[in-house]
Amino acid sequence: MSQVMRPGKRFIVSSVSSDAHMWNLVFLQLLLEEHGAEVNNLGACVPDELIIDECLSTRPDALILSTVNGHGHLDGLRLIRKIRSEPALEDLRVVIGGKLGVRGAENIVYAEELALNGFDAVFEAGSGIERFEEFLGALESGPSRARPALAPVGAAA
Amino acid sequence: MSALARPGAGPAPATRGVPPQGRFSSYVHRSAAAGRLAVQPRMGFADLATMREGLREVRDADATSIGTITLDSYTRVNDHDSARAALRTGAELNGFPLVAHGERATRELLESVSGRDFPVQVRHGSALPQPLFRAMVAAGVDATEGGPVSYCLPYSRAPIAKAVSAWAECCELIAEQPDPMHLESFGGCMLGQLCPPSLLVALSVLETLFFREHGLHSISLSYAQQTHPGQDLEALAALRRLGGERLSGADWHVVLYTYMGVFPRTPIGSFRILEESVRLAVRSGTERLIVKTPAEAYRIPTIAENVNALEFAESIAEDEAAREPSFEATDTGIYEEARLLVDSTLELAPTVGEALVKAFSRGHLDVPFCLHQDNANKSRAYVDPRGMLRWAEPGRMPLNVKDFDARRPVSAQGLLGMLGFNERRFDREQLTRVHSRELLVGSGPRSLS
Ligand code: B12
Repeated sequence: MSQVMRPGKRFIVSSVSSDAHMWNLVFLQLLLEEHGAEVNNLGACVPDELIIDECLSTRPDALILSTVNGHGHLDGLRLIRKIRSEPALEDLRVVIGGKLGVRGAENIVYAEELALNGFDAVFEAGSGIERFEEFLGALESGPSRARPALAPVGAAA
Repeated sequence: MSALARPGAGPAPATRGVPPQGRFSSYVHRSAAAGRLAVQPRMGFADLATMREGLREVRDADATSIGTITLDSYTRVNDHDSARAALRTGAELNGFPLVAHGERATRELLESVSGRDFPVQVRHGSALPQPLFRAMVAAGVDATEGGPVSYCLPYSRAPIAKAVSAWAECCELIAEQPDPMHLESFGGCMLGQLCPPSLLVALSVLETLFFREHGLHSISLSYAQQTHPGQDLEALAALRRLGGERLSGADWHVVLYTYMGVFPRTPIGSFRILEESVRLAVRSGTERLIVKTPAEAYRIPTIAENVNALEFAESIAEDEAAREPSFEATDTGIYEEARLLVDSTLELAPTVGEALVKAFSRGHLDVPFCLHQDNANKSRAYVDPRGMLRWAEPGRMPLNVKDFDARRPVSAQGLLGMLGFNERRFDREQLTRVHSRELLVGSGPRSLS
């Protein structure tokens, strides 16, 4: 059984710069709110700078990125490199999920590179929401904590 | 392929008295006059060679086919540098980067495949499309699609007012050309799902009025298949009736989109939902259909998957034209509701563009669940027990919604349940080996209403 997330967490939910899909964002917001969290949903087609500014000014417990248009392996990689080069965001919890490439079931090939570049977890579509809920349950209270050298990577189903 | 009569299908052709203008519209009207449904894929590949091969195979398909070039997401948001970088490195894109390839390469591509019997449309999703329109005009594109609302709210974070002036500029650019491109409104889709038919119909009509206001004469109205064929038939009739009343003097037709929301995952389910959309198109007298493939729930379809879907659609269209109707239109007041939304919006300002901006800023028009900052996001929709898509909550829209039962907050799981309605409706057959039509017949009146 996975741990249950402590209430009162604050999250930023966002798409990436080129992705307009919203239903994924609406879904994640509802899911997190049902877990007692407060969600700042930045919506679709969000420029990198806006995401970084929001993270710097509001210091969420985690940044949850979702993208399904197939450009996630490009937009997500560029974004996480920028985030990790921001000293104040080095330890921010950041995860990405959705359909990360245009290769269907083979999109899982992108997960490792994304994780190596600084994502704490990667959830390719079809890997099930349970693993995400485990991630939420494992979030510690208080400020950041050091990230493990190589974070666990979600396997596709 | 023989010309088909369409017993009982649709009212008289839309453009009585107005001759078709341009290659695209001429082809659509010629097909309709011959009793054929024009069919079109959603197809886009990053590299020129694959795009050319795709267009050729669509042209040569055993169907009354029109070509499509679907653009990638970087081009849609005007990030042409990222598109160029991807072309350089070979990174995979989700469509054809037209601006990055440039007008010369695009013109050569089009000249190598398109013609009087094979017009090609560019489908994009760009709120501020000036660079794209300049490139399309220079490349000699036959047709494109969009609109200041339908390409702004679902596709960008650009303010609606900015999209309205960008689209006005682009319409005027087309109108100035000796042979203006055809322009289709995408207003009949919005977020692809959970937007009730009356608002889809109203937005499609309002966008075509906007196109007219900015000098365009060759236009199309759109509608996307939703959750209930009878309701969709009613919506298509409402759309055609409003078109007839409001677009006199224009050369117009109607295009239907096979379902644009969460798609069935099984091959049988995918072909069944496509089948239903083809029957709906033929039954409603719709001139053009844009198809989907069994790859939809997973990834961008291949050329072969697109060609299969087109040929399947062609054969179902022939079958439908020769048989008795299997479903009837509902009578739920879609026409009246859409007309009310159109008229009350137009009253808000002297121009259609300003009226649209005002209507959204007041929540007078409000797309359910749409997160765009200029959308009120107070309205809600739901799928009722008969499978009809209905308002649960009108927000500040001038609608009379009596269904208080449906007014409860939706949970994450509840949302997935509603989004998955068509997926379940059509996947059941392959998953349980029971034909969906048997289920429908067994569970209710034949009219499905
Ligand atoms: C609705 C839809 C649209 C609507 C979107 C409206 C809007 N603004 O939201 C419209 C019509 C506008 C649209 C446009 C486009 N779309 Co679209 N769209 C869909 C469709 C049909 C359904 C998506 C949906 O609503 N899903 C419901 C939500 C709740 O589910 P989900 O997004 O899959 O997310 C789930 C999981 O993936 C997961 N998840 C997602 N993110 C995250 C994040 C985390 C952290 C976790 C844990 C889990 C998770 O949880 C969710 C719940 O299970 C899908 C195909 C399908 N699935 O049937 C295509 C699809 C996603 N679209 C696609 C594409 C390519 C586009 C376009 C680029 C056009 C094109 N070239 O075809 C444009 C996008 C433009 C842009 N700038 O990005 C492709 C993506 C291809 C790929 N990745 O290989 C798909 C798969 C269709 C296809 N087969 O071609 N689309």
